[in-house]
Amino acid sequence: MTTTSESLETAKYKGSRVEESNRAAAEAANQKYKYGWETLIESDTMPPGLNEDIVRAISAKKNEPEWMTEWRLKAYHAWRKLAEPTWAKVHYEQPDFEALSYYSAPKQKEKKKSMDEVDPELLATFEKLGIPLDEQKRLANVAVDAVFDSVSVMTTHKEILAKKGIIFCSISEAIQDHPEIVKKYIGSVVPQNDNFYAALNSAVFSDGSFAYIPKGVKCPMDLSTYFRINQGGTGQFERTLIVAEEGAEVNYLEGCTAPMRDEHQLHAAVVEIYAHANATVRYSTVQNWYAGDEQGKGGVFNFVTKRGNCAGNNARISWTQVETGSAITWKYPSCILKGDNSVGEFYSVALTNNYQQADTGTKMIHLGKNTKSTIISKTISAGHSDNSYRGLVRINPKASNSRNYTQCDSLLIGNQCGAHTFPYLDVRNSTSSAEHEASTSKVSEDQLFYCQSRGIGTEDAISMVINGFCKEVFDHLPMEFAVEATKLLDLSLEGSVG
Amino acid sequence: MTESTQAQPKAHLLEALRALPANGSPEWLKQIRSSGASLFEQTPFPHTKMEEWRHTNIAPIVQTDYAPLTGPTAHGLTREDAAPWSFAAQGWPEIVFVDGYFAPELSSLDALPEGVVLASLHDALAGPEAAHAEQHLNRYLRDRNAYTALNSALIQDGLYLRAAKNAAPETPLHVLYLTSARGADTAANVRNLVILEQGAQVQLIESHGALPGAPQYLNNIVTEAALAPNARLEHYKVVSEADAGNHLATTETRLDRDSYYGAFGFSFRGQIVRNQVCVRLEGENAECNLVGLYLNDRDRLLDNALDITHVVPHCRSRILYKGILGDASKAVFAGKVHVHREAQQTDSDQLSNNLLLSDTATIDAKPQLEIYADDVKCTHGATIGSPPEEVVFYFRSRGIGEEMARAMLTYGFADEIVDEVEIEPLTERLNDYIFEKYSPIR
Repeated sequence: MTTTSESLETAKYKGSRVEESNRAAAEAANQKYKYGWETLIESDTMPPGLNEDIVRAISAKKNEPEWMTEWRLKAYHAWRKLAEPTWAKVHYEQPDFEALSYYSAPKQKEKKKSMDEVDPELLATFEKLGIPLDEQKRLANVAVDAVFDSVSVMTTHKEILAKKGIIFCSISEAIQDHPEIVKKYIGSVVPQNDNFYAALNSAVFSDGSFAYIPKGVKCPMDLSTYFRINQGGTGQFERTLIVAEEGAEVNYLEGCTAPMRDEHQLHAAVVEIYAHANATVRYSTVQNWYAGDEQGKGGVFNFVTKRGNCAGNNARISWTQVETGSAITWKYPSCILKGDNSVGEFYSVALTNNYQQADTGTKMIHLGKNTKSTIISKTISAGHSDNSYRGLVRINPKASNSRNYTQCDSLLIGNQCGAHTFPYLDVRNSTSSAEHEASTSKVSEDQLFYCQSRGIGTEDAISMVINGFCKEVFDHLPMEFAVEATKLLDLSLEGSVG
Repeated sequence: MTESTQAQPKAHLLEALRALPANGSPEWLKQIRSSGASLFEQTPFPHTKMEEWRHTNIAPIVQTDYAPLTGPTAHGLTREDAAPWSFAAQGWPEIVFVDGYFAPELSSLDALPEGVVLASLHDALAGPEAAHAEQHLNRYLRDRNAYTALNSALIQDGLYLRAAKNAAPETPLHVLYLTSARGADTAANVRNLVILEQGAQVQLIESHGALPGAPQYLNNIVTEAALAPNARLEHYKVVSEADAGNHLATTETRLDRDSYYGAFGFSFRGQIVRNQVCVRLEGENAECNLVGLYLNDRDRLLDNALDITHVVPHCRSRILYKGILGDASKAVFAGKVHVHREAQQTDSDQLSNNLLLSDTATIDAKPQLEIYADDVKCTHGATIGSPPEEVVFYFRSRGIGEEMARAMLTYGFADEIVDEVEIEPLTERLNDYIFEKYSPIR
């Protein structure tokens, strides 16, 4: 099987996605989860359980200023008062939060200045993940802030970004080097007491990415982070903060893989985007965490809070996600359309197979005048999985002339799975309009027959139909991601079709 | 809302329940009542923390100590009083209930079509129909909420309709529920039972009206309908309660093989009106068609909660609901279609269109799908908006004033639903109502 870097090249040089998807489909038959291994790196891990001391210890370990410790403690106390949400259509054994360890970091004596100093075992890890840093620098116009477990190891392309005044680093570094910006924006979009998982994340977040695009700057390259959960029994609590000043523009890519494990792993991330007037932020995710085996054993619990605030006029935030992994997904990337004429977009493909469960969707809160939102959600269920779209569109009384368009399509493969749609439309303004459309169907026999009559095998035909079904969303992904996403769909559907 | 204010009416109602006379009812009926009472005791009143009631705040009903009416009121109404709602002029069979109890003096039941039993539930239970009623009463109502449980506990009177095998009356049947100027804060409890035997075909019109002077009141209505194979029921419901009248209704229909159920709901007036329509398609090739129009204004709250369950393969369902909201009114549309794992080849469409005429009006639409079968075709859609400016401009460019243009567009929007009604006298009545409401010429 090719690695991501090869597929990158394929995409770049051949530029043909159809060809790529066909090839991937042909190879799909023998694919197993290929990122299932574990690097043995000594790590220092906190004792399990969560209390005020642990929160203080995490903060101290990261050498954080007093205000940050207080901020975390506030979140911890809020978390203690909150209950785990139960409204989503997902069923699982609740994690024992007292049995989890809340911090783990690869042991590193000092910050590395060049590639040679990096632990070779760590470098090999990235190699297997398909993001060799040395190649990344040369090959792609992408700066990669690779997060290994929790602590940022290496950052590339920093100098180019620095020239433009763009700050792209781990959030721990940002807390040290740019406390005034972090202090101003952290928690401004997702407050500490927002929900159970966001509160937990706020209290114990280990690391994550921070991006700051100054006024009027168009980021010259896509910013990208690869996350990776590695330590057994540790939850990973990523915190991402993106601030786009007036007129700034940035594309942010997030991709995930995790090693194969039997016990459930908890992941509760928070992503905050703050867009000032005329700023544009595009956030793309490909999520391929371990989904558990065919019997539904194991897999990652993915409880994520993602929210963007179009604070200024004409701001624009766009979420694109391809969700194929995780045993449980609970994720609602949302937009608060506060500025007049601001735009929120949500494009999503969620695929579940075997015993996976996904409850995902978005919230579009229209507050400003002439605000616009678009929601395109494609869900595919196979095996014994359950896949739900849950979305809210609210148009407040002052949001005159606002528009929303929502389309949710579901595809069912096999009769043991479920597809559900729970949209909420809440409109309080007569000059605005909201439209919602949804359909549920299976892969049409006619389409399959058409393909087969032209010599395309069942598996390839289904792959083509599914890729066509998702095309509207893939069109919004950067090229590299689109290629990877296509492969992921084939990989995840392996064995369930044909 | 504090616990104590909520608990008060419930305790009161339980007391009233215990005081109800047994009236020489058969044992099975007593059983239904007592199980309803115990269910009511266990079920909390609806509140906005419950998902189903999230946008439907009926606290004004819950907090009012509505006294159940346990016997007919001395209303003294005449046929003349009932005339605005009556279809007597058409010569259709008509059964009238006042404050929840049968009013024989207002009803026209002399010339019932062959095979049709149209009576009050109270009378039916006391006569030879009791055996039929026993087979169906309370068999279809699910555990919906505290008010439906209360309704079972209070079963006294209501509509009883049975159409025998292949009965097909030529004219529609009309059931009229009137609220008189009865004591304030009283609750009428209506329990209806509709039984269509194999191949029976019935058009049933259900009207709700209130006479001048009707105080603040509550009507708690539960209808159960059973459709045998090949039966066909067209059920038209027109709700026009008093301004201070509240209306909580649940219709529970079970469809057998090859049967058809058409439910046409028109909600025009009432402080809080909730129409819950639940349909279970339990026989293959059954079809249901839920169509509705709601016009809301002032500060009224209107909730249409539809729930369709496809249990078996090869069934069709359709929902088309339209709402027009003005002033500071609020409407909730909740459409839920369940497709069970076995219900392959289901064909289901759902559409809700809403027109907002003011910035203070609110609509919450929840068109939901829960699907477990793969070989299905299910769609749903919802739109919310106001008449498009371009269209208004088109009218104006042809010399039609803005006010008139908007009125015509609003009327046209509603007309699509009225057009689905194929009973002319009813269509006329609905049209008159809508025209009067939205016409700029008064």
